[in-house]
Amino acid sequence: MSGKPILHYFNGRGRMECIRWLLAAAGVEFEEKFMEKPEDLDKLRNDGSLMFQQVPMVEIDGMKLVQTRAILNYVATKYNLYGKDMKERALIDMYSEGVVDLGEMILLLPLCPPDQKDAKITQIKESTTNRYLPAFEKVLKSHGQDYLVGNKLSKADIHLVELLYYVEELDPSLLANFPLLKGLKTRVSNLPAVKKFLQPGSQRKPPMDEKGLEEAKRIFRIK
Amino acid sequence: MAAKPKLWYFHGRGRMESIRWLLAAAGVEFEEEFLETREQYEKLQKDGRLLFGQVPLVEIDGMELTQTRAILSYLAAKYNLHGKDPKETVRIDMYADGTLELMLMVALAAFKPPEEKEESLALVLKKAKTRYFPVFEKILKDHGEDFLVGNKFSWADIQLLEAILTVEELDASVLSDFPLLKEFKTRISNIPTIKKFLQPGSQRKPPPDSHYVEVVRNVLQF
Repeated sequence: MSGKPILHYFNGRGRMECIRWLLAAAGVEFEEKFMEKPEDLDKLRNDGSLMFQQVPMVEIDGMKLVQTRAILNYVATKYNLYGKDMKERALIDMYSEGVVDLGEMILLLPLCPPDQKDAKITQIKESTTNRYLPAFEKVLKSHGQDYLVGNKLSKADIHLVELLYYVEELDPSLLANFPLLKGLKTRVSNLPAVKKFLQPGSQRKPPMDEKGLEEAKRIFRIK
Repeated sequence: MAAKPKLWYFHGRGRMESIRWLLAAAGVEFEEEFLETREQYEKLQKDGRLLFGQVPLVEIDGMELTQTRAILSYLAAKYNLHGKDPKETVRIDMYADGTLELMLMVALAAFKPPEEKEESLALVLKKAKTRYFPVFEKILKDHGEDFLVGNKFSWADIQLLEAILTVEELDASVLSDFPLLKEFKTRISNIPTIKKFLQPGSQRKPPPDSHYVEVVRNVLQF
């Protein structure tokens, strides 16, 4: 019997968090090996474990997978969270990529120089309420179903709900005019596997604080 | 009978070029509408055809698809260029995502001020030579096959060829340490559909120039 997937990253959200969410929502137990110093990253590189010298890396089914999207798509396929056919998959991909675009802006915010931060936050909030949330609200409104695609839970719903939590962390009022998205967030959060993941003590990671940022910069040798 | 896919974008490479490559390699004829004015772009948005207000947009099989990777994945699957099982698919995804990142760096460099642009392109060259090309050279060496995955032509091969040619435009000697990639380049370039796409007069677009940058800035207002 194959072992649990093993996630290689640092002890923080970064680019691995969406993978943790997806595995958790699929009810898949996983192990984590945290890099704590630059030498840990060096070792992975020198072992030839990182195809393009980068993390995230996930050991699963005898493979060492890199590239966040490749990993997510493999996991989604394996656990039937990728729609029933090519056309549903295309919609799921389109919605997921939109989530990634906004998510990326939020993810990189801690690296923003302090004098540019306020402007960046304003830009993110504006994109959130004018571009991204309206698009997803409209999708839900157009078919009136519980999930974004094919009336069934998919990776698109999980990624979007994860994002909604980050939007809420940034500013809860941003969700005010999006009733259907609020409904999706509640619905997905109440799924047993997700509910468990949202509880304290799970493998979900907290927002990055100053200490975490310093640690990440040290590990990845970012000045 | 199905209509031809229709591509909406600027008259240049940008984020659409990888899509043109994939369609051309698959032998699929496609139409193009070029964005030249702000008005055209605003009409697309107002008509609700751009999910997140952005191009590329590809009309195909009754769908209005946006988001480059969503479009590429759909096309790869549709034209049997995405592997025969999930393990092959994930390898294709890993390889394609790596090279696509390189292509996007090149596309974005065109919009930077001269000094930053030079830095960006130097970084692309460095990453190609030290991070990406060695990996693909090793993959080809380890299995000794003609194609990257599963001994069969796939999206990963198309994406790698595009990356090689694009990086060669920056430095013609970039493959000097990669003999298998040189053979790969020749081999894939000679595939009839790709050979045709590489000839003058095809829908392949030239590298970005100042006119292209101006049009994009004007249409997207940045």
